[in-house]
Amino acid sequence: MTTVTVNGRDHRVDAEPDTPLLYVLRDELGLNAAKFGCGLGQCGACTVIVDGKAVLSCVTPLLLVEGKQVTTLEGLGSVETPAPIQRAFIEEQAAQCGYCIAGMMMRAQALLQRNIRPSNDEIRAELMPHLCRCGTHMRILRAVHRAAHLMQTADASTGRRSTP
Amino acid sequence: MTKGRILASLLAALVVAGAVAAFALAWRPAIAAIDPPSPQSFDPSLVKRGRELAAIGNCATCHTAQGGKDFAGGLPVPTPFGTIYSSDITPDATTGIGGWPEAAFRRAMRSGVDRDGRHLYPTFPYDHFTNVSDEDDRALYAYLMTRQPVRATARANRLPFPLDQRFVIAGWKLLFLRRGSYQPDPAKSAEWNRGAYLVEGLAHCGACHTPRNALGAERANAAFAGGEVDDWSAYAINAQSPAPVPWKAEALFSYLRNGWHRDHGAARGPMAEVVGNLADVPDADIRAIATYMADVSGAPSPDRNRSAEEVLAQVKPSAATATADTPGAAIYAAACATCHENGRALPFGGVRLALSTALSSPDPRNAANIVLAGIRPVEGERSAIMPGFAGSMSDAQLTALLNDLRARFSHQPAWSGLEKTIADARRAQTAMLQTSPGPSSAPAEASQRDKP
Repeated sequence: MTTVTVNGRDHRVDAEPDTPLLYVLRDELGLNAAKFGCGLGQCGACTVIVDGKAVLSCVTPLLLVEGKQVTTLEGLGSVETPAPIQRAFIEEQAAQCGYCIAGMMMRAQALLQRNIRPSNDEIRAELMPHLCRCGTHMRILRAVHRAAHLMQTADASTGRRSTP
Repeated sequence: MTKGRILASLLAALVVAGAVAAFALAWRPAIAAIDPPSPQSFDPSLVKRGRELAAIGNCATCHTAQGGKDFAGGLPVPTPFGTIYSSDITPDATTGIGGWPEAAFRRAMRSGVDRDGRHLYPTFPYDHFTNVSDEDDRALYAYLMTRQPVRATARANRLPFPLDQRFVIAGWKLLFLRRGSYQPDPAKSAEWNRGAYLVEGLAHCGACHTPRNALGAERANAAFAGGEVDDWSAYAINAQSPAPVPWKAEALFSYLRNGWHRDHGAARGPMAEVVGNLADVPDADIRAIATYMADVSGAPSPDRNRSAEEVLAQVKPSAATATADTPGAAIYAAACATCHENGRALPFGGVRLALSTALSSPDPRNAANIVLAGIRPVEGERSAIMPGFAGSMSDAQLTALLNDLRARFSHQPAWSGLEKTIADARRAQTAMLQTSPGPSSAPAEASQRDKP
């Protein structure tokens, strides 16, 4: 049994310690935001936040996250009350097929938590490990800036479209 | 006159004579500035040759700051003596070398003196460039003078007194600068001589791979015995190389050409930039470098060959080694073996770690750096990739992992001071991640190689 804290809640998990965190999240805890892309840490779709840092959950075995704080996209906000990063991605319509977007949002969130005013270059460099075939890259860039604005103005209310 | 007075005047005369001698030693005349020559005045084939030479010389790496314009300088170069900022070598007339006639450029390359006559710090490796031929200096000059001029005022170096006084460098040169053009060895092949000319000269391999003495000069009796650069250890590349499989000329050629080799793994850290720059260089020069360096390493001893054969047998795809009996071994099995033992070919699969020089090296820095940061792929190129584990591994977990890898995959004694190395590596990593927007100029694609 391994105890792992996900989105603020402790879970006792019965998986082998070498199970990738991604499998635990999806198969044991039913948290499906993080996606299986390549399984080799090369595409970014499985990104979650561990102790404030973006981590590739497909190459992170359970034994490495024991006692650490894991945050998934579900932990940031919900459909009813989206977090600034989620709201910004919706408002910029930054997803096409959307498979890579949960990972993009998690890494962007980790970036904004340590740097609330990233430059375009900093966002590009940060999101470099994430692959997207649809090509919404420019919208993703705008969405990260929009999220930064939303976080700074604490304008996290829902309903109306924000106007940065 | 009293005896005392005579002594005093004698002493004064000596001081004056000493000062004059020091002045004569240190003083270099300025060379008059010219109007920046028009780019059209240079022969395109000379410019193209200069481009290849600049790639061999790795000029852009030090003369380009992170996120800055190519060749505009400003990169902080940390040394044990203080920080030195690289200079603008674009043809800007004010801050760059636009006003430099070719003679001034050649003088800087040969003797480390700028157009104004100021001594340059030997972070600019003119101790190697002394041997660059007139012809190659001319091509380099043509290449640099046809780049985009960028006005970029150099930041002041951060050096303590008296090292901030440039005449001190004249003394350093007196001790360590050996001037002279390359003298070919008639007993060796033309390729070997070409390689020696490049390795000892423009490519300045020893600047990183040779240890330095207390005054920052390369130790002549320890050539290629391993040095350091930034926060990386530069391996010994002579007979003392820690590579589990000894380097042969063919392997080295392939590694320098492609950035990776089946029996050695991928170039990363500062060496990745070197290999990236070499993309501009024709095969013949890379082959020459490989031929010369293979000779520097010498033929491996029978013992070394036997041990290499054992390692190569051990990494056959059928031989699985992952067992999870200690915490470090469990981390390896779960986080590393999926790529390092999955049988995929390099560069996309990981090298079998029994072949890893980082794990066999006496210095654990590179292994720590690579696990923390991973390898970022080169844009638009077939290149190695590895995710970094800085976010998911604590220092204690990384220590357990590296201790296990060292014991399992090398025939060397355990590393000492691993905890400190890991803490330092993480600090350096964090600083880099927070300041660096990534590599500024990705290596040129193969299709770019023929462009001037």
